[in-house]
Amino acid sequence: MPAVIDADVVRHVARLARLALSEDERETMRRELSGILEHVDQVRGLDLSEVPPTTHAIPLQNVLRDDAPRPSLPTELALREAPEVAGGGFSVGRMG
Amino acid sequence: MAGLTDLTAEQAIAALRAREISSVDLTEAHLARAEADDWHAFLAVDRDGALARAREIDAMPERPPLAGVPIGIKDALSTRDLVTTSGSKILEGFRPVYTATCVDRLERAGAVVIGKTNMDEFAMGSSTENSAYGPTLNPWDRTRVPGGSSGGSAACVAARQVPWSLGSDTGGSIRQPAALCGIVGVKPTYGAISRYGLIAFASSLDQVGPFARTVRDASLLLGHMVGRDPMDATSLDWPDPIAVPDAERLDGVRVGVVEELMGEGVDPGVRDAVEAALRTVEDLGGTLVPVHLPHSRYALSTYYLIAPAEASANLARFDGIRYGHRTDHAENLLETYENTRAEGFGPEVKRRIMLGTFALSSGYYDAYYGQAQRVRTLISRDFEEVFSQVDVVASPTSPTVAFPLGARTADPLAMYLSDICTIPVSLAGLPSASIPCGVSDGMPVGLQLAGPALSENRLLATAHALETALAFDTRPPGLA
Repeated sequence: MPAVIDADVVRHVARLARLALSEDERETMRRELSGILEHVDQVRGLDLSEVPPTTHAIPLQNVLRDDAPRPSLPTELALREAPEVAGGGFSVGRMG
Repeated sequence: MAGLTDLTAEQAIAALRAREISSVDLTEAHLARAEADDWHAFLAVDRDGALARAREIDAMPERPPLAGVPIGIKDALSTRDLVTTSGSKILEGFRPVYTATCVDRLERAGAVVIGKTNMDEFAMGSSTENSAYGPTLNPWDRTRVPGGSSGGSAACVAARQVPWSLGSDTGGSIRQPAALCGIVGVKPTYGAISRYGLIAFASSLDQVGPFARTVRDASLLLGHMVGRDPMDATSLDWPDPIAVPDAERLDGVRVGVVEELMGEGVDPGVRDAVEAALRTVEDLGGTLVPVHLPHSRYALSTYYLIAPAEASANLARFDGIRYGHRTDHAENLLETYENTRAEGFGPEVKRRIMLGTFALSSGYYDAYYGQAQRVRTLISRDFEEVFSQVDVVASPTSPTVAFPLGARTADPLAMYLSDICTIPVSLAGLPSASIPCGVSDGMPVGLQLAGPALSENRLLATAHALETALAFDTRPPGLA
């Protein structure tokens, strides 16, 4: 049985994803996600307890670089594309 | 200036080196086509920047290896000061402060960037219809899609707006549009090309690669991009230089025909064209071996858990604070995030963020994402087993030819099925190429070849020999 995607799940996941959805979008999302999950459900039932997960298709180990200082992006360039800047930093707006 | 835009990159380089043509003339000829753009392949054309660079290269006493040949760059690749949107409204007007390593390497080698090509938003799609800036049209038939997500990069090469271009491929986004536009597309081994400056979709799958009208051109471009980059910890030290292939025989080459990708779900016309191309393998001295990828039937499900999960994490950076769009409608920080993203992302991106966030959420992680990573191991093992018997595997690139605009936009799953042949290879991180191999319903058909990790030279040699024998005409009928 695929996981049940109801309105509460959609609301919860949208909050986790920091995505405002309209009522209509939530209903569309519920329907479409249910359809996709039904399709992908075939992988849930497989017994794979003996199979290790792949996190990286081409194995690489211990990729390290020297911990040496190097020039970073100049502040004015780092801030160039920001919607709002204040006091040499990104302006975030009201927190509360 | 007729004819300049029909040159392959290799022919153009020879003419540039012999000083028979200038980079300025060659760039002008391509700019004119890119600016007319009857296919909406480009999101931005950089006339001034391109001509300035062409002039510089023309003035050099000795031409650099790529000699001043124009190129189109997928809009997912950052280009310093040149607007880069990844096909999304959330990055409208965004000017990166640095250039992607792969683009930087090509520019240093003498490539002239003439513009940024259209794509599905954040590379999520198989038709370029998910671009926030409108779809690209197929140069073979303007009522059909060019494929995706790198549809602009494929269309611009087919339409002679550039001789070659760069795309990115996560589940098929180079190979599938190459197939649907009748050109060559190569997705190299995962890690072959630095992803630094590639706007991330699914980091364990994303890979940059070339589009061209010949395998030799694609090989030449690839050769200038591979190799370790300190800015991408997953980039590989490249063992052997990429050779520009010239052999025309396939003696001793064992080509595995993937049975699971030749049957149900593949259009008969596509199958016929692919089977005819495979008979050519035997004519050239190669042998065909039927092979099986038994877990490939789980590949689509696996991909649609892994890629959205990684995307949901990668796209968290688009929050309206550091760059890109910020909402005007927010009372607090949470609303700034939620409304910025609601206004900036299109429907497919939202769908995948939701799916990925769900697959990673507490209580579901092991059942979905964790399970998908284990199936990924099984798919890789299938390929290992197959490559103990054969050198290369072959299948259709796409189960259908280019479909009409709008045909699959209402049904996400139908769209996802476009990538059923390319996704298994992506999950295993293997190198793969699509070459045009015939026509069905008046539209080009792509043959997908894939090999073991790091086997690019053998893969490209096989592709070149087949391409030469098949002698496919890459010029779309009626192209002005």
